[in-house]
Amino acid sequence: MNESDKHWLYRTTSRRTLWITGIAILIVTVISELFIKTHSHFAITGFFAFHAGFGFITCVAMVLFAKLLGFLVKRRDDYYDS
Amino acid sequence: MTPSLLHPGLILILGGFLYPLLKQPFRSLWALLLPLAALLLVWLIPDGHFLSLSFMGYNLQPMVLDSLSRLFITVFSLMTFAGVLFCYKQAGLTELSAALVYAGAAIGVTLAGDLLTLFIFWEFMALASTLVIWSAKNKKSWHAGMRYISMHLLGGVILMVGICAYTNETGNILFTAMHPDSFSTWLILIGFLVNVAAPPFSAWLPDAYPEASFSGMVFLSAFTTKTAVYVLLRGFPGTELLIYIGLFMIFYGIIYALLENDMRRILAYSIVNQVGFMVCGIGIGTELALNGAAAHAFTHIIYKALLLMSAGSVLYMTGKRKCSDLGGLFQTMPLTCLCGVIGALSISAFPLTSGFVSKSMMTQAAGSEHMLMVWLLLQAASAGVFLHAGIKFPWFVFFQKDSGLRPGEPPLNMRLAMIFFAVLCIVIGIIPGVFYQMLPYTIDYVPYTADHVVLQLHLLLFAGLAFFVMLPMMQRTLTISLDFDWFYRVFLFRIWSAVLAGTRFLQRLLQGLRQLLVPVLLGQIIRFCGQRGLLVRDVQTGIVVLLAVLFLMAYMLFYLING
Repeated sequence: MNESDKHWLYRTTSRRTLWITGIAILIVTVISELFIKTHSHFAITGFFAFHAGFGFITCVAMVLFAKLLGFLVKRRDDYYDS
Repeated sequence: MTPSLLHPGLILILGGFLYPLLKQPFRSLWALLLPLAALLLVWLIPDGHFLSLSFMGYNLQPMVLDSLSRLFITVFSLMTFAGVLFCYKQAGLTELSAALVYAGAAIGVTLAGDLLTLFIFWEFMALASTLVIWSAKNKKSWHAGMRYISMHLLGGVILMVGICAYTNETGNILFTAMHPDSFSTWLILIGFLVNVAAPPFSAWLPDAYPEASFSGMVFLSAFTTKTAVYVLLRGFPGTELLIYIGLFMIFYGIIYALLENDMRRILAYSIVNQVGFMVCGIGIGTELALNGAAAHAFTHIIYKALLLMSAGSVLYMTGKRKCSDLGGLFQTMPLTCLCGVIGALSISAFPLTSGFVSKSMMTQAAGSEHMLMVWLLLQAASAGVFLHAGIKFPWFVFFQKDSGLRPGEPPLNMRLAMIFFAVLCIVIGIIPGVFYQMLPYTIDYVPYTADHVVLQLHLLLFAGLAFFVMLPMMQRTLTISLDFDWFYRVFLFRIWSAVLAGTRFLQRLLQGLRQLLVPVLLGQIIRFCGQRGLLVRDVQTGIVVLLAVLFLMAYMLFYLING
């Protein structure tokens, strides 16, 4: 299928645009923290961009853990059929 | 007849039994009106207990209504109405009839003021929900239903033993808050935990629910686990153990959903994950946390049903349920996609959706109680929800690669049901005030503060970034993941096979011995007892006379000697 026949979401150029837009949104939301007064229950969680970093790191950790666990527990999807 | 004499649960149960006997179009109208009648009733009846009965010297209270039970019955009724609307033209008679009975039984549990009434409706729920699973009418659903009912009957037996012991210990059958500090209360707690899909019983849910029909799973997602949340809220608030059980469920749901390829199994694991939040909130036990757990049960039923309606519509229109077979459906199913995305945003607790106004209460409660680890884990889990359900489900089903499938939108009634619940997700998210007034405790909680909104967006958007960065590691494979059900599907089966093999070996051994010993024994028997055997040989009359004379002579001889 030609690039022009594809839906714009599937075009190679759109992918780049989407990444740039997404990263721009991320930057704007992080910067916005500078302009609001935050209140944290705990001293160690109150620093700038804690939630952003925590969300990213914990999600990467969860994907890696799932990948590792997958080596142990994944089976072909007809496993129980046999 | 005053409304307080009508039991909303029994109306649905009896209505469900009557449903197959009616003719169209009254049948469909009947099914749509029943949940609305239950909803109307529950708002007409004031707080209090009604219909008291006496049974074996115990005072039963089958209908106790307060703000907590009203909240749950409201969402159960709304769910039943939307579920019926979603499938009244497509689902079979058995499925809808069973679904109505199932919903009625769930309402019955919610209204139960005593443990016996609770147990009766609890078991009704197990039977009716199994029928919903079997209504898919295929071999897989049959086997899954058998495993499901076995697990729930086991849970029921544990619960019944606990109730008997509790009644014996306390002389009280009323369902009130208790502590797991005795044999009976432990058994009751375990009975409840089986239905809430707590470890090690979590596997029954993702094993059974996805084998129901495209519409059956919508009903299944709502009642069993949420009635279990309700009874935990009423029976074991503030039990610390529930915090750890809930946290385990949360991460179990996320990790297994990340590994899964079947879109409805992803959502099934996600139910365990979301119920984990509620169980954790019940464990924290403050008024804010309990309100959060109750509120989250309410919003969860709606957005989970919406997600499953969206997935069900895809299954109905394409016949496919594996992520590896799907993708690109947003092009021809834009409304289904939009509703799925709204459900996904709600489950992720995005601002302006229902999940945001309910889930944040539990995290806030952990913070207020200075539970740092619990708070951190709940925050990580919130990010993880966006990862496994918020993005993964819509991404792999509606976007990712173009699968080439071009199904249309589902029929009008299915679309209307999705729109109804999508609107509810947004309305509750934007105007939470009315919803908060329905919660059991009066608290002053404001979800929309600038820092809460911004920090929640940080958490979720960066979870989204992690998803796309890690996407190469998350490509779908034609696999399933082993779970605790492996023990009773494979391990116990292997043990049983070993026992059978042992008995077969014993049988062969005995057969060999028989072949060896029987001819020898038979030979000896024939020798002594056969036709010419020593013991049965024919004796001639002359010999007998001779023997008699000899015996007589011997007798006389002895007589003479002893004389």
